[in-house]
Amino acid sequence: MFRGIISAVCVWLMVVAAHTGPSSASSEKIETLSITRPWARATPPRAQAAGGYLTIENSGAAPDMLVGVQSPIAGRVEIHEMRMESNIMIMRPVDGALEIPAGGALTLAPGGLHIMFMGLNQPFAEGSKVPVTLHFDKAGEVETFLDVMHLGATGPGQKTGSGGHGHGQ
Amino acid sequence: MSGIRIVRYAAWSVLALVLISASVVFWQWPDNPRIERVAVNAFGGPFTLTDQRGNTVTEAALKGQPSALFFGYTFCPDVCPTTLVEMSMWLEKLGPDADKLGVYFVTVDPERDTQELLAEYLTAFDPRITGLTGTPEAVGEIIEAYRVYAEKTPLDDGDYLMDHTSSIYLLDSDTAFTGTISYQEDPDTALAKLKRLANNS
Repeated sequence: MFRGIISAVCVWLMVVAAHTGPSSASSEKIETLSITRPWARATPPRAQAAGGYLTIENSGAAPDMLVGVQSPIAGRVEIHEMRMESNIMIMRPVDGALEIPAGGALTLAPGGLHIMFMGLNQPFAEGSKVPVTLHFDKAGEVETFLDVMHLGATGPGQKTGSGGHGHGQ
Repeated sequence: MSGIRIVRYAAWSVLALVLISASVVFWQWPDNPRIERVAVNAFGGPFTLTDQRGNTVTEAALKGQPSALFFGYTFCPDVCPTTLVEMSMWLEKLGPDADKLGVYFVTVDPERDTQELLAEYLTAFDPRITGLTGTPEAVGEIIEAYRVYAEKTPLDDGDYLMDHTSSIYLLDSDTAFTGTISYQEDPDTALAKLKRLANNS
């Protein structure tokens, strides 16, 4: 019964997504999870690695887990965490899943958690969109697109990100 | 009775805490300045590397001109390209002062960062940034000479990441260490440091 409702919502979302198209949706809403500010920086020529950033908000009453991430743009896509220890940059793959707490958010941003793309099949070109599929424990597969900003960008910019609209339902 | 006992316990606890804190301070305090002094004294040394244009670059290039030296690798998704972007912006803002500086991006990952890869990669940044690479032994020498931390972290499937020092080293025209610009340093401070470096030598 519950599952039926969820499926119905999913189908409705797919219809909405098909109508609006990925490029017009700056934030994708999936049941209780919404993905905002998905972005990446353009890569220099021949770069084999890139970082991707986004925020996952959970408006639901139960936590969900981000268990994996995929993209056709790179041979290998993982969640990594970067940190500084006495001026040494340390980067490690995240072990296991990341929680999106009920009523909370999980933020992937420069200087910390990020989607790590390795073995790029093509460079991240400024102005393009990088498709990414996020795998959640409860919400399942969620597709989003990272807006590729300038090489020196510090955030997703004004025009493309999180205008607070898109809640047309 | 028990009130006095509590006071006595409290007094002993405070004393113990003070002693522990004092010993922690005692053990850590004298070490830091000493380590720093050793590092500064033993800073630098001979190296022979190749720049992105195929020219041989040795420690002689650092003499007679102040320089900014930083270490990284192209497989780095965040810190290294960001530092290169920032350095490019600072060089532009420095105007003519920028030409007084030697600016070097030294790879800590010579296996992947070949001369021809650096040649293409660095086209995204200010052309005054000289990329340096070489054999793993040659890169090992400069890493050791400049007290840089660089450590390989293997992933499965043969890929690897590098942990590395993220600061930019500032050297005067006698190749003496004069300071650093740390990752995410305030841009105005960083620019002021480079300006001072360019004009003080």
